[in-house]
Amino acid sequence: MSTLTEPALVAVPAAGAAGTVELTYRDAINAALRDSMTDDVRVLLMGEDVGADGGVFKTNSGLIEDFGPARIRNTPICENAFVGVALGMSLVGLRPVVEIMFADFLPTAGDAIVNQLPKYRFMSGGQCSVPVTIRVIGGGTGQFGTQHSATYESWFGHLPGLRVATAATPGSAYSLLRAAIAHDNPVIVYEHKALYGRKGPVTRGEVAEIGKAQVLRTGSDVTILASMLMVERSLAAAETLAADGIAAEVIDLRWVRPIDLPTIRASVERTGRLVVAEEQVHAGGWGATVISELTMGGVAWRSAPRRVSLPDDYPVPYSPPLETLIVPSAAGIAAAARSAVGL
Amino acid sequence: MSLREPDADTRRSWFSTMLRIRAFEDRIQELFMSGAIGGTTHLCQGQEAVSVGSIGSMEPGDVQTNTYRGHGEALALGMASETAFAELMGKATGGSGGVGGSMHLIDFSKGNIGANAIVGAGMPIALGAAVGFQMQQRPNVALSFFGDGAINIGTFHEALNMASLWQAPVVFIITNNLYGEYSPISSTTSGGPDLARRADPYGMPGVSVDGQDIDAVHAAVSAAVERARGGGGPSLLEMKTYRYRGHSRSDPARYRPAGELEAWKERDPIDILGRRLAVEGILSAEAQLGLRAAIQAEIDGAAERATAAPYPTLEETSSYVYAD
Ligand SMILES: Cc1ncc(C[n+]2csc(CCOP(=O)(O)OP(=O)(O)O)c2C)c(N)n1
Ligand SMILES: [Mg+2]
Repeated sequence: MSTLTEPALVAVPAAGAAGTVELTYRDAINAALRDSMTDDVRVLLMGEDVGADGGVFKTNSGLIEDFGPARIRNTPICENAFVGVALGMSLVGLRPVVEIMFADFLPTAGDAIVNQLPKYRFMSGGQCSVPVTIRVIGGGTGQFGTQHSATYESWFGHLPGLRVATAATPGSAYSLLRAAIAHDNPVIVYEHKALYGRKGPVTRGEVAEIGKAQVLRTGSDVTILASMLMVERSLAAAETLAADGIAAEVIDLRWVRPIDLPTIRASVERTGRLVVAEEQVHAGGWGATVISELTMGGVAWRSAPRRVSLPDDYPVPYSPPLETLIVPSAAGIAAAARSAVGL
Repeated sequence: MSLREPDADTRRSWFSTMLRIRAFEDRIQELFMSGAIGGTTHLCQGQEAVSVGSIGSMEPGDVQTNTYRGHGEALALGMASETAFAELMGKATGGSGGVGGSMHLIDFSKGNIGANAIVGAGMPIALGAAVGFQMQQRPNVALSFFGDGAINIGTFHEALNMASLWQAPVVFIITNNLYGEYSPISSTTSGGPDLARRADPYGMPGVSVDGQDIDAVHAAVSAAVERARGGGGPSLLEMKTYRYRGHSRSDPARYRPAGELEAWKERDPIDILGRRLAVEGILSAEAQLGLRAAIQAEIDGAAERATAAPYPTLEETSSYVYAD
């Protein structure tokens, strides 16, 4: 057993400077991986082309140089198998992070994600834990076409045993990934490929609380609940709404499983109005769940909740003007908020 | 049916088609790098003989599946370059009305029943078409093009097993360009560099072919296609070739050893056929220059017309989602 917990043979660099620094979303992910691997020799990163040239989205720059090819482990193209391998590793004491290059490929690892990771501990009667993190890159606006543009952020929100997080800011990208890696259950962390270049404050060493949403802007007229790219667009919408005299509160959902209903509810109880901004089909997603839960919980709506989402019946297209049209915009979110307040 | 030797006209047309693919891909590269087209693209310069030589073995009614790196197959199957440009620009006049994009040049009327952006997805689909032909007693064959990286995903093994079990009329073609995205095959693929050996456990012929030599490609694929058409079952062919560009638009291909690209360019598939056609008196060097200029002009015009074409609307394209 001892080999599993011995440090790798490479020199491990010291963790980056503590304190708050400005990083890009991409570098925040790099920092989270680096800090997690430095702090804990059981952590490793695995996936297709994760090592060479910093990985396909350049989130892994320098990691193979610093941690070596055993811990930054390049795999063949075989998602279902390498997620299964991660599960096996976790059973003997490792804490693997698996990178799935595009969220659209999650279904090729479908069995491992649906039938294995979330149920493994349960069907053993609690004999094991499965500390596997899946990093997955999703989202539209990049003209990547219909098989490379989904978020699918709610798909795995239906699975007891699993945690699902979404990163909207560099700070969240860092702290959520660190939380996922430190957590003893399988966690899927969604990254949005349109956000990699965004800059923001990151607190090195911060580990997010599992299941906690984040209020990013306070306001008393309407609550806007969003994830990933939609958070940025909701903040932009809130700016334009402020110019119209509407005070919007913007909440970053952060966790699809579990959803932070207390934080959302506290906000909606003050505003009485809700817009969910989702880069996904609404039906069956977290937005619909939130509205349902709040309604069942007796929230007194001042106006009917609104949703801004992908079309119900139209996949993400390649054609640039069509893609721009269907992915919710700041203007679309602002319009929904105005309508919620009756303007 | 017996193996037919390609005649002079056929080989001249191969030469033109390879030139068209090369010029198309070069222009696409420019359009992407200048920002005129967004998103990403996967180019096939260097691999033209595989696409053109293989597709030259197809008969009317035959079908094939290919991948995101499928512009060569699409053009070899007769998609007009203007239609392909328009698709990459997301225009209404594209092959999929602009909703598919670079990774999905598809034309059912020409036997191009799929260009897939999911690695490994095309093989079972081609097999399904082949089993369909078998059940309908149609004399047709399905080809499936995929990369060296795709032989490590489950669907490859699952499809080969079923194909052999059912003796389906399908030909699996590995376009072995030595790399997945950034990974050389030696770092991802067990069993040595001859990928055709993966046929052995499934009890089907496996043949490695010089993918830069279109005559060799055509002979090998024709033999496999004839065998499949005659009820002899599936084959696995490995085409040894090389992609000149990086994996995709954003890849400068820094992982390649120095000199590798240059060495492969010494064996450029278009030059190989061009020299042969000149020596054999089928197409003089001069005539080849003329042809190059004509095809360049065709590509220029096609790109221009595609640029001027309109974008689709949601209304026009909404019927693509469900069949009525
Ligand atoms: C299921 C799946 N996993 C990963 C990818 C990402 N991806 C696209 S192409 C590629 C490499 C494929 O290499 P190869 O099969 O050799 O084809 P080539 O690109 O060289 O033509 C990868 C990993 C994908 N598209 N689908
Ligand atoms: Mg390849």
